[in-house]
Amino acid sequence: MTNSWTDIRNTDLVVIMGGNAAEAHPCGFKWVTEAKANRGAKLIVVDPRFTRSAAVADFYAPVRQGTDIAFLLGVIRHCIETDKVQWEYVKNFTNASYLVKDGFAYSDGLFVGYDEQKRDYNRTDWEYKIGADGFVETDPTLQDPRCVWNLLKEHIAVYTPEMVERICGTPKAKYLKVCEMIAETSSPQKAMTSMYALGWTQHSKGSQNIRGMAMLQLILGNIGIRGGGMNALRGHSNIQGLTDIGLMSNLIPGYMTLPVEREVDRSTYMSTRGFKPLRPNQTSFWQNYGKFFVSFQKAMWGPAATKENDFAYQYLPKLDVPAYDVLRAFELMHQGKMTGYFCQGFNPLLAFPNRAKLTAALAKLKFLVTMDPLETETARFWENHGEHNEVDPTAIQTEVIQLPTTCFAEDEGAVVNSGRWLQWHWPGATPPGEAKTDVWIMAQIHLRLKALYAKEGGKFPDAIRDLTWNYKDREDPHPAELAKELNGYVVETVADPSDPAKVLLEKGKQVAAFALLRDDGTTAAGCWIYTGCFTEAGNMMARRDNSDPDATGAYPKWTFSWPANRRILYNRASADMNGKAWDPTRKLIEWDGSRWSGYDVPDIAPTAKPDQVGPFIMNPEGTSRLFSRGMMRDGPFPVHYEPFEAPIANVIAPRIRGNPVARVFRGDMEQFGEAREFPYAATSYRLTEHFHYWTKNNHINSVLQPEFFVEISEELAKEKGIRPGGWVRVWSKRGSIKAKAVVTKRIRPLICDGKPVHIVGIPLHWGFIGAAKKGFGPNSLTPYVGDANIETPEYKAFLVDIEPISGVA
Amino acid sequence: MTITVNPPVAATAPAYGEQDLLRRSASSVPAPGRQLEAVSKLIDVSKCIGCKACQSACLEWNNLKEEIGVNTGTYQNPHDLTPNTWTLMKFTEWVNPQTDNLEWLIRKDGCMHCADPGCLKACPSPGAIVQYTNGIVDFDREKCIGCGYCVKGCPFNIPRISNVTHKAYKCSLCSDRVAVGQGPACAKACPTKAIVFGTKEQMKAHADKRIADLKSRGFDKAGLYDPPGVGGTHVMYVLHHADQPSLYAGLPDNPRISPIVEAWKGVTKYAGFAVIGLAAAFGFVHHLVAGPNKVTEHDEEEAARLTEGRSP
Repeated sequence: MTNSWTDIRNTDLVVIMGGNAAEAHPCGFKWVTEAKANRGAKLIVVDPRFTRSAAVADFYAPVRQGTDIAFLLGVIRHCIETDKVQWEYVKNFTNASYLVKDGFAYSDGLFVGYDEQKRDYNRTDWEYKIGADGFVETDPTLQDPRCVWNLLKEHIAVYTPEMVERICGTPKAKYLKVCEMIAETSSPQKAMTSMYALGWTQHSKGSQNIRGMAMLQLILGNIGIRGGGMNALRGHSNIQGLTDIGLMSNLIPGYMTLPVEREVDRSTYMSTRGFKPLRPNQTSFWQNYGKFFVSFQKAMWGPAATKENDFAYQYLPKLDVPAYDVLRAFELMHQGKMTGYFCQGFNPLLAFPNRAKLTAALAKLKFLVTMDPLETETARFWENHGEHNEVDPTAIQTEVIQLPTTCFAEDEGAVVNSGRWLQWHWPGATPPGEAKTDVWIMAQIHLRLKALYAKEGGKFPDAIRDLTWNYKDREDPHPAELAKELNGYVVETVADPSDPAKVLLEKGKQVAAFALLRDDGTTAAGCWIYTGCFTEAGNMMARRDNSDPDATGAYPKWTFSWPANRRILYNRASADMNGKAWDPTRKLIEWDGSRWSGYDVPDIAPTAKPDQVGPFIMNPEGTSRLFSRGMMRDGPFPVHYEPFEAPIANVIAPRIRGNPVARVFRGDMEQFGEAREFPYAATSYRLTEHFHYWTKNNHINSVLQPEFFVEISEELAKEKGIRPGGWVRVWSKRGSIKAKAVVTKRIRPLICDGKPVHIVGIPLHWGFIGAAKKGFGPNSLTPYVGDANIETPEYKAFLVDIEPISGVA
Repeated sequence: MTITVNPPVAATAPAYGEQDLLRRSASSVPAPGRQLEAVSKLIDVSKCIGCKACQSACLEWNNLKEEIGVNTGTYQNPHDLTPNTWTLMKFTEWVNPQTDNLEWLIRKDGCMHCADPGCLKACPSPGAIVQYTNGIVDFDREKCIGCGYCVKGCPFNIPRISNVTHKAYKCSLCSDRVAVGQGPACAKACPTKAIVFGTKEQMKAHADKRIADLKSRGFDKAGLYDPPGVGGTHVMYVLHHADQPSLYAGLPDNPRISPIVEAWKGVTKYAGFAVIGLAAAFGFVHHLVAGPNKVTEHDEEEAARLTEGRSP
């Protein structure tokens, strides 16, 4: 989230698209009801189904799953055509006026530089024109045909209301009503918030779905202000923390990246991470990358990370592929190349696509270790559960080791919520049986590995042997000790260069702010964006002061919000070029002639002049990007691509299947189904009665929603002879499932490209373990392909067929 | 308004007693020793997202164990109120003929705590149903004879008789919590404050604001459901379509106590007592002649089946 949950109460318009907040985030949804009840805010829901969010919306419009980009680019087109643009914001705070290289071009659904064989682009021409002074050339009048604004206008021209209706199936009148409601928030006195979740991410172009809305929000001037923002609702209580501390195969903490093979030393690694400002006077905060990186290395390897050994740069693994994401991991397992798997706190047998492939992959493992508070299907993948898990245990040799862990209510630590708040919690119960904390288990594994290396030697023991392990109880580090390490501490005392008698940083003290981190090895910080969370003043995450001066919704003394306890990112954009709030009732920070100050921690240097330094300090431009240069694999602007399995061909580029640069492994392309064979557009989602695959273990949740079902329209039910509550079989090219049928008015066939498209909704909470009735998950059906940039599986749009069946034994 | 702080850990004052009774089934009460302030739960269906947190909290707080059922083609689970499910989200899909838009009307069903309670009036067992001066209508299971008259007397079809215990069950408005200054469990659990609890006056004032908001959004007929036919209720609804309560899964448009029950309250009740007396006399004679009832093996099997929750 750029903003926070509590800030949603400040909005005038909530757009829920690509998510279903009332259903999947009912507690956070209270801030929507607060905004509606207390300031007359409106709620729009755009979704293939009439959801629980739609039940309390002011306006609902249907959209076919996988067509959000066409819809969003259409709304941008509407705003530009009707002059509903926050012009001062667009001209000064975005790259609208920047000129783009002459080589850049787009036609028939493809940008310049496409290589069909590699399924990739050469992105050299997706770049600004750089002038002789080393800065980007601009045209503040927006007249130059090569400026971003004009290229954008040209790019979105195809998404007329008629085209949006044809692609998305959204009736034109409803679509235009949504456009009008959204366009109103181009007024500096109006704010719109976007609440989205996996309805946007789980597509082969998921990242571009989000960009579509981000671009719209920038054009409307809704980023950096109270009640605005791009607000990703995270699907797990600590998934925000997971990405923050870099638990992706290609990241290290604080959104730094792991080196790749060709980055043979630190200077090569840093050479592409210099982030020289692209416009005069800009902050380009990533210029501090080296400080955060060296401090991370010091936190990891302490005295073993020295200037002489490049701060232990060689201890880091170097990627030979872009990432070892979950799809690649299971592909390697399936090929027999990955033979051991540690599965900590998740249930891939039900969570990754194409379950038949997953079962085959797990069966090829030598060993599988699961760490989980609950019994999971993954740990029991080898066990025969009749049609719900039709396997032959005698044919599976995988050794499975189940390590029971504590759950969140039984241990101590911080959980990072969607709004970037690190909220400390304490155990509320004693763990049952032999359950141990994840920290204890990991410590045991580490110490045993270390002992094995000491005893037997090995090819490269250094990174494990030298790992910092300064905990009071080596066997069981305390969460507070780990948090202090993440925050960072001073390794060597640093004197003030202007006054050597004064001490700038004192050895052994906690670092108060990431601005103090250094690249000379004198500071250590495990995760620079968390610096400030556990300082000499104590555990900031444990703060429970809910005071909120002038009721801005910031609650600045409640826990700790990264970065630097900032509650709203890009908050300098809440003020105009003179540093005055666009809307005085939404003041966040203002410029008093010499400094920025206000309700929030300024997201800019406190003395940066408002007419010179841009608000988007993380970008070398100082502005936000309507044109994202070569930073995304599938284009500097979003393009409407159909899902890999779509009921109609891509209307704007009929030859292109799916996202043209999404990675497809050998053999998986053949497993994509065609519309003539699988005529119905399926999607998957959560229900509010359950949480993932956890709560089916709980009796009460199972009472509230006991049995697996699929949802279809009355029209499709009639066509196929399916009765409400009757049994159906649903199958794709990859698998088949049985379910009860919920026949509902909440799903309606959509007319897309002239023909009716029926939608089959498949919720995801059932398996063969737990208290609820045994059932299936949508992943028995879904295709093995992910987002072109981050490989999130395409769960939200695929093809199936359906038929009534007599019943289930 | 709903109290959101945690309950005290220390022992609290005793719950309501005789001095708080306004009415008592099939018997009279002395003038109340004190007058409690009238309370009410307000359910704003326009804020409700149908998440069932209230259903879950009700099961938890009252320590009720409901069966894991089956899906019959709806989100509504269980499919009806039961002796263990005292509150239930009911889902209605309705296409508004004026706008042609679908509306998903979600209503939390449960006891309305009528000011003029039909169940209490119908109940023949002294003290099995009581009404406190704050308006809460509560069942005393110790005194319940499982006759089912309360079911007939209820204009909202709320009480359920257990096949196992042969007693009547329904929402108590968490009288045990309210007695110690807490709101009902459902209100505490509600994430969107669609369920709030307070004095009836506070709730009416809160409803006024909600109704004004709904009218500003085009729901001209938004209003409060506090039906006069039962003397008003201590569970009220804010409805977007207050002119058509029955849209909401059959909420009665004009609930009133069945004329049969009203008649029962009069002469018939005493005639009824006479019948009960005769039946008791017959039983006594039967006992003298035939001896006490013996529990046969068949009876044991039946009991086992019932306690497992299957219907006979």
